[in-house]
Amino acid sequence: MAFLEVKDIYKNFGETQVLKGVSFDMEKGEVFSIIGSSGNGKTTLLRCLNFLEVADGGKITVDGEQIFPIDAEGKKRAKVDKKRLTFGMVFQNFNLFPQYTALKNITLAMDVRSDNLLKAQNVKGAEKKRLLKEAKEKNEETAKQILTRVGLENKMGNYPCELSGGQQQRVAIARALALSPDILCFDEPTSALDPELTGEVLKVIKQLRDEGRTMIIVTHEMEFAKNVSDKIIFMADGVIEEMGTPAQIFDAPQSEKTRAFLSRSNEQEAGYDA
Amino acid sequence: MEQFWDIIIELTEGFGNTLLLFAVTLVFAFPLGLLLAFGSMSKFKPLKWFVKVLIWVIRGTPLMLQILLVSFIPQYVFHVPTKELAAALNITINTTMFLFVALAFVINYACYFSEIYRAGIEAIPVGQYEAGQVLGLTKNQIFSKIVLMQVIRRILPPMSNEIITLVKDTSLAQILGVIDLLNAAKHAVNHYVILTPFVYATIFYLIFNGLLTLLLGWIEKKLSYYKV
Ligand SMILES: Nc1ncnc2c1ncn2[C@@H]1O[C@H](COP(=O)(O)OP(=O)(O)OP(=O)(O)O)[C@@H](O)[C@H]1O
Ligand SMILES: [Mg+2]
Repeated sequence: MAFLEVKDIYKNFGETQVLKGVSFDMEKGEVFSIIGSSGNGKTTLLRCLNFLEVADGGKITVDGEQIFPIDAEGKKRAKVDKKRLTFGMVFQNFNLFPQYTALKNITLAMDVRSDNLLKAQNVKGAEKKRLLKEAKEKNEETAKQILTRVGLENKMGNYPCELSGGQQQRVAIARALALSPDILCFDEPTSALDPELTGEVLKVIKQLRDEGRTMIIVTHEMEFAKNVSDKIIFMADGVIEEMGTPAQIFDAPQSEKTRAFLSRSNEQEAGYDA
Repeated sequence: MEQFWDIIIELTEGFGNTLLLFAVTLVFAFPLGLLLAFGSMSKFKPLKWFVKVLIWVIRGTPLMLQILLVSFIPQYVFHVPTKELAAALNITINTTMFLFVALAFVINYACYFSEIYRAGIEAIPVGQYEAGQVLGLTKNQIFSKIVLMQVIRRILPPMSNEIITLVKDTSLAQILGVIDLLNAAKHAVNHYVILTPFVYATIFYLIFNGLLTLLLGWIEKKLSYYKV
């Protein structure tokens, strides 16, 4: 049984069928990149995995535990002893909290979780206050370490508006990492960035790959996808048209649609260079 | 000189009522307005439309009409004359009148505030909610820890306008005989047959609004430590 099993995911928006039965398996520590033309359901797939959208059908299993569809019993359990998140998400537009510093952006959810855990353990009163304070101090330490790992040790006290796009996205990655998700999803993490800032973000993602993180990355950066991924998923018309190693997809695509898409994106890249 | 101090004391007493009405209105209309805002954004259609119609009616009619209506309802709808109502509540007629005015003000201002809250809440990008959601926060946590601060910052300028307007609206209280600042000034003008009480009242209003403007501006500046 694979670590992540996605089976037959369907999603409609009204009359529009966006996902028409998407299935794939993924092992722990693998990195998948999802490519495909605009409007083919890449974002929608990530959003279904993160429960930002509720799929209309299908099944998602992580580490043997079915997380979608979920029954009432499972919901209760997930709420109480959620020590880690199943999926983390990094958005195209970062979505940092503007009123908090980089550090607070990261500790906010950690602190809430610490509080939840204490509540679940029925700790109360002064004892709870003390433990929560301890936990918060530890969270801050952890957050600082993570920020250092993404190269932002000098920006911890800065507000998002004081950071460049690349720095903001690195804070967003740190924020997702801080909750140690099993699988980290990226939706076009560099699309909103000036070209000269994409490198620093891609470098962080590569570093995470080397640490053995399980990641799913929707991207238009073909070179990057080729270098960083164990598998490439090519989506067309709401299904996985073709899936394989970077060598298989980029050097020997089987499907006509894949070939057409790749030659189009090659032309575009050549166009940028000219 | 003695006359001057008599007038000032009268005006100060009137100003006390003005201030009280101002404070009571804000204390109750702030939270009630937020509740109405949630109601007007509710997914439960009947509630949503009820609140929307209420807001439309309140904002579309004069506050003075609403004050009169509130004061007549006990007598005309429940057949309880104001005198009996005051006796039953063990308060003076004057206090009863003040409560009528305050009630109308609270409802009226809550409706105005609710529209400001709603606009402020709807202006928060959906990405803020989604970021909170994927971090495992509940709806309430997202609102209180992420959205609320941003809403407050956004609504402060329009709120400030309403608050300044409220200071001036308090003078409507005299329709039920409440001795507010302006009513006190009017009494003094009639009594001493001079116009200066109006000048003093003007100065009272201007000083109070000036201080409020400074305070609100200071809060606004405090909250502008980040850009959106
Ligand atoms: N909330 C929504 N309501 C209605 N339609 C939607 C919604 N979200 C997405 N869609 C539609 O679903 C389709 C797939 O959208 P999606 O964002 O998943 O594509 P994508 O592959 O991520 O595209 P891109 O490369 O441009 O990001 C599009 O046709 C889009 O218009
Ligand atoms: Mg997309």
